[in-house]
Amino acid sequence: MIEFFNRLFGREPSSRTAKERLKLVLLSDHLSLAPDVVEALKHDLLEVISRYVEVDAANVDVSFEQREKQIAMLANIPILGMQKRPSPPPASTNGSSKRRKAAANGQAVPRRRRRKRQPLPPAPQPQLVQSLAQPT
Amino acid sequence: MINEVVQDEVPATGTVRRPRGRAIVVTSGKGGVGKTTTTANIGTALAVLGNTVVMVDADVGLRNLDIVLGLEARVRHHVLDVLEGKSTIEDALVSDKRVPKLRLLAAAQTREKDDVDTAAFRDLIGSLRDRFDFVLIDCPAGIEKGFVNAIAGADEAIVVCTPEVSAVRDADRVVGLLGDDRTVQLIVNRLRPALVRKGKMLSVEDVNDILHLPLLGVIAEAPDVIVSTNRGQPVALDPASEVGEAYRTIARRITGQDTAAPEIPREKTLFGKLFGGRS
Amino acid sequence: MSARRIVFTSGKGGVGKTTTTANVGAALAKSGKRVVLVDADIGLRNLDLVLGVEKRIVFDLVEVVEGRCQLRQALIKDKRLENLSILPAAQTRDKTAISEAQMAGVMEQLSALCDYVLIDCPAGIEHGFRNALAGASEAIVVTTPEVSAIRDADRVIGKLHERGMPVRLIINRIRPEMVRSGDMLAVDDVTEILAAELLGIVPDDEEVIDTTNKGEPVALVPDSRLAAIYAKIARRLEGELVPFTVLSAPSFLERLFRKAG
Repeated sequence: MIEFFNRLFGREPSSRTAKERLKLVLLSDHLSLAPDVVEALKHDLLEVISRYVEVDAANVDVSFEQREKQIAMLANIPILGMQKRPSPPPASTNGSSKRRKAAANGQAVPRRRRRKRQPLPPAPQPQLVQSLAQPT
Repeated sequence: MINEVVQDEVPATGTVRRPRGRAIVVTSGKGGVGKTTTTANIGTALAVLGNTVVMVDADVGLRNLDIVLGLEARVRHHVLDVLEGKSTIEDALVSDKRVPKLRLLAAAQTREKDDVDTAAFRDLIGSLRDRFDFVLIDCPAGIEKGFVNAIAGADEAIVVCTPEVSAVRDADRVVGLLGDDRTVQLIVNRLRPALVRKGKMLSVEDVNDILHLPLLGVIAEAPDVIVSTNRGQPVALDPASEVGEAYRTIARRITGQDTAAPEIPREKTLFGKLFGGRS
Repeated sequence: MSARRIVFTSGKGGVGKTTTTANVGAALAKSGKRVVLVDADIGLRNLDLVLGVEKRIVFDLVEVVEGRCQLRQALIKDKRLENLSILPAAQTRDKTAISEAQMAGVMEQLSALCDYVLIDCPAGIEHGFRNALAGASEAIVVTTPEVSAIRDADRVIGKLHERGMPVRLIINRIRPEMVRSGDMLAVDDVTEILAAELLGIVPDDEEVIDTTNKGEPVALVPDSRLAAIYAKIARRLEGELVPFTVLSAPSFLERLFRKAG
């Protein structure tokens, strides 16, 4: 009876609350149960960041925190300095930018070759990611 | 870590030493009879009465006390972190914005009950007793290491039992294992008075004829417990809930404020179903 | 011909593993399959009670493992169904009394004697759980549509996937009227969250309490709606595509005059 009035005045049904809470808590449970995934994530993260800044890899800390309605990844990455020249990302599907970068680096520009269209990599999961890069 | 905390609590010379808190384990043997719900609600009710309460989830690997209380998002550290020195007790205690005197010490979700050292757990309960009026321990189902750990350090026990043959049988086993040096009381949970009347369910008397325990309370089956778990809002906080009222009365009995014998819930009349509480 | 060995597990206690194991077993036996039910809850046995054979126990699983009796001596034949037998657990021992290898050995022996070995797993994810799994090649996870049960079921499903065991789900004790009013998670919510294949949906029904009191599996009660549902689950296990029973929510008046407590 009281639930009926709750819904009348805009309070969401408890089953919906339960579902949302469950999804979050299970995500949190799964993350803490997959240390190898977290390690791989950490490794890839460092690889990307290291292209732009020099990091203290031994003291990197990645953790997950559950907040009221979401889970956030917190990465604490001590930075030692800037890279002298940010290195380009690995082989891209866009031929022209590669040629541009090669030209900018003073390298010989490879001949353009017709390439079969590569499928795009899957979009990353919309996990909530925050990077907190802090100086040591 | 634990020794540090105890030293902090040593009172300065001349001050009155506070009485040691009570440590009560909530157990059953059979799973699913309402241990966690009971721990959460008695804890909440005791705290609302003005006592400082810490609830400890001893169900390593399958923690649920946090989610029943709606505090799952606030857990940062757990019991094993404390026992292994990775966290202070203070950092592991989760506070409840709704009930200021209530704290939760969550179980580890990704570990096993075998990882807990019984003696260390007992010491932890001991130091919590120095800081809180009540330490409530939510015991896991079964009678294995998890159970042995949960009862260590508690000199009082509440056995939760539903009026069903399997539950009574398991409760009986547990009572045997709790031994003679603990105060043990009974809560009969999820009673359905109409089924008892029709002879299709054991009565409270039937249950206690087998268990022979002092009766702390009797709680009727009610759907608002499911709703409260959905929302993470203990029924003890709901003034309109009959189950909430049952838990509040149990809390008053525990503190000695209520000395009347527990009432057996009665069957709902037609009027009661239409207008009383939640149907 | 080797039997299918299926473990019934849940993580959370009290969601109905034992009741489900007993009733699915009874339904399978009723349809002509030879079924052995194994109680793996050493120390807190209940399968015997649910089936009403508690007074006929002579030997138990631990004694079989320890070689103090033959396997056939420990099996209790059900008096109502000639195709159904029960291997009870030991009551005065604990789950460390047998090892995973020993459990697997006994289940292997059993599978030569019947079509289905159904193993009733204890609550939790510790020793007893691992033992129960050791003898099985498939799993059925039983859950109720409640937050704690689903969380524990999720953990168990994770562990089953780690072992590469096929998993199917039974949702137990659902209350259609509460689902309709938004007070209980619906079947779709549960299957979405757990991402498991659905084997059965069993409504909450006071009939279970009464029949358990008497030691009669509800699957054997004539004209019982639960019996019909367990019969469907048995057929699905056999590979048949059976549509799920539509569970209607009782009307307001029905609820008012319902014989529930």
